[in-house]
Amino acid sequence: MQMPEPNTSILASKNRIVARLQEVLPKAAVISEESETRAYECDALTAYRCPPLVAVLPSTTQEVSAVLRICHEEGVPVVPRGSGTSLAGGALPTADCVILGVARMNAVLETDYDNRFIRVQSGRTNLSVTGAVEENGFFYAPDPSSQLACAIAGNIAMNSGGAHCLKYGVTTNNLLGATVVLMDGTVVDMGGAYLDAGGLDLLGVICGSEGQLGVVTEATLRILPKPEGARPVLMGFASNEVAGECVSDIIKAGVLPVAIEFMDRPCIEACEAFAHAGYPMCEALLIVEVEGSPAEIDEQLALILEIARRHDPVELRESQSEDESARIWLGRKSAFGAMGQINDYMCLDGTIPVTSLPLVLRRIGELSKQYGLGVANVFHAGDGNMHPLILFDANKPGDLELCEAMGADILRLCVEVGGCLTGEHGVGIEKRDLMVDQFDPVDMEAQMAVKDVFDPAWLLNPAKVFPLASSEARRATRMAAE
Amino acid sequence: MRPQTETELAEVVRTAPGPLAIRGGGTRPIGVPRAGDALSLAGLTGVSLYEPGALTLVVKAGTPLAEVEAVLAEENQRLPFEPMDHRALLATDGAPTIGGVVAANVSGPRRVQAGACRDSMIGVRYVDGMGNIIKNGGRVMKNVTGYDLVKLMAGSYGTLGVLTEVAFKVLPAPGATATIRAIGLDEATAVRAMSAALGSPFEVNGASHHSDRHADQAVTILRIEGFSESVAYRANALSELLKPYGDWQLADADWSSIRDVAPFVGQPGDVWRLSIKPSDAPGLVAQAAPLDALFDWGGGLVWLRVSEGTDLRADLGSFSGHATLIRAAGETKARLGVFHPEPGPLAKISAGLRAKFDPRGILNPGLMG
Repeated sequence: MQMPEPNTSILASKNRIVARLQEVLPKAAVISEESETRAYECDALTAYRCPPLVAVLPSTTQEVSAVLRICHEEGVPVVPRGSGTSLAGGALPTADCVILGVARMNAVLETDYDNRFIRVQSGRTNLSVTGAVEENGFFYAPDPSSQLACAIAGNIAMNSGGAHCLKYGVTTNNLLGATVVLMDGTVVDMGGAYLDAGGLDLLGVICGSEGQLGVVTEATLRILPKPEGARPVLMGFASNEVAGECVSDIIKAGVLPVAIEFMDRPCIEACEAFAHAGYPMCEALLIVEVEGSPAEIDEQLALILEIARRHDPVELRESQSEDESARIWLGRKSAFGAMGQINDYMCLDGTIPVTSLPLVLRRIGELSKQYGLGVANVFHAGDGNMHPLILFDANKPGDLELCEAMGADILRLCVEVGGCLTGEHGVGIEKRDLMVDQFDPVDMEAQMAVKDVFDPAWLLNPAKVFPLASSEARRATRMAAE
Repeated sequence: MRPQTETELAEVVRTAPGPLAIRGGGTRPIGVPRAGDALSLAGLTGVSLYEPGALTLVVKAGTPLAEVEAVLAEENQRLPFEPMDHRALLATDGAPTIGGVVAANVSGPRRVQAGACRDSMIGVRYVDGMGNIIKNGGRVMKNVTGYDLVKLMAGSYGTLGVLTEVAFKVLPAPGATATIRAIGLDEATAVRAMSAALGSPFEVNGASHHSDRHADQAVTILRIEGFSESVAYRANALSELLKPYGDWQLADADWSSIRDVAPFVGQPGDVWRLSIKPSDAPGLVAQAAPLDALFDWGGGLVWLRVSEGTDLRADLGSFSGHATLIRAAGETKARLGVFHPEPGPLAKISAGLRAKFDPRGILNPGLMG
């Protein structure tokens, strides 16, 4: 993965830049020793690493503003960082950048149950937002797998989803307002503790912009009352096709489960070996979860089971207890860990129309043979967001490249059937060069025009989202114009 | 001008000598009226793709809303956001189009639970001010590939581009609906009751309050939808929960009259729409001293009918939220501005985006102020 050449004049000015940052931040919040900046050299896409010039850890919106003003004046690129859990390289530094970490900004600023919102600093972790309100019977809906560690700032940057977004939507559907610091240090409030903002929906375009338009320091989030209860059912099928048809029939029948999770045989086998959840050995597993009062759950599950029976299931297991529910989820939730035990793997994130599921799984199987790399499929079937895990050996020369090439083929396949490159992880550096497979030049130009408005010098989170040739040309032109 | 294809439309925009007034069904004359050559979307109609099993609908922008709703109803599905019909309130006729709904980001009572129009949108195609045909998003419900211009197009009133096609996530229509009603609550009590209802696990998806000045009767209503047994259970549980606020009974209710602000239809005065924090609603309404007030979204949306020419924003002073002038004489709209004034930095960004998307300033120029 190619990254831009560092700007040598910035590298040469390191001492001055550090000194200026130290003027506006406490001493411990400016990290410039090489031994320490190494901690910020990568995110969860660990195949790519590059220590930043400096890392800063501000504690307030004002400090963030002061940092950005300095970087703007100095022409220094800034890479915002939440908890560094991006699987797409969304927080990968360049050697000439300032990493702006929001980890110290984790306070709850306001909780309001009557009006059903919470206002937090953006470094707060996803799960601890729910943690702050659950005693009062509320929760924050988006639940990415990394929710224990990932920050709201990163969730907003990537418009994160999770297993339950079929019912509750993704981050953009649960974000009411944000305090955003623009690259020149200007602080703006977008939206607030009310439902519809006036004017253009700038908050809507900030969400999912991968930290390239501004740095979100505070967020007003919608909180929801917890359902009375939830119960999963586990279903095994003789083929991927049949499982796919079952998903489609459940949705058509008018039931809206909170989650429909799919696992194929390689994934089932790995999970079983790792977590011993007691899964049946079959070609495809579905976990379908519904919510409500016990009576409502019975009613919905009866309908779902009736539909499933029409598809000759090899196994139908309705949870009868909390313990059994936990066991049904155990394998799914440990899927990534299980795969990690047996292999190095790359996790993809394309989305497809649910109706293309059997075709796509068949084609992935063919690609697997062609490349000679194993694939396990686990994904959110209700919304078509796939997470194929390609297995490779990081110690074997050339295997990573082979894996990346196969991943690119799978993502192109997602686009070909009417889907997209990324459903919830973001483009980052990982998929930026595939953008041309999904978008025509004019489509990308429209997106880059938005960046021109928010960050005219293209300093925020460089070399992400757009193909390097496009973004670097833009940056060179703007820098020359400034 | 009435192009029949997206390509023709792009050519019309590319070669337009001056401002264009983009027109869907012409039923929502919101915004300051401006001159311009009429550009009708009536030629771009039809469902491009509908997959009930994937909850996905893709439809051309000029398609009448009624046609969209009929297609969905055949599969027992619907648009989740319950778009308002502005015709009676604004005394317009014609057929509302799906493009118009999107351009104005129009939602109804269910917005409080199911999200706004923009929340159901998963893809757009549009023609920008230079005549380029642009796509963003797609036809799948989870998609974070590139910037989200889908949201930006929603509620942009045609000032960033001319919508040609929109993709939606749709939802199953429930089998049963129940409304519970309490009579005689004052506004503060009603808002507290609605907050308690919306904060309960019973999935309330409509919460409205109105004092009928003629019948001298205040009515608070709450809606529950779903499977029949579940609806009966939740209506009962909710009535119990809300006993401290009043006596709740099952009742027939016409939610379309809330959605369409029926109590204000044919009544004199200007109509404002407040998007606010529900708990602020009673105080702001008292301050506005309106001729009439209709609470929706549990108090998060308040419709106010006030004397003609009233500067409501001046009367309310600084508050958290937005006041939009929906119905008034052209002179009043021009004087007060239809949309809530934005702080300087936000206005600068909005202006910057319009200059990029429509450098010649020909797409509904000035409509949003």
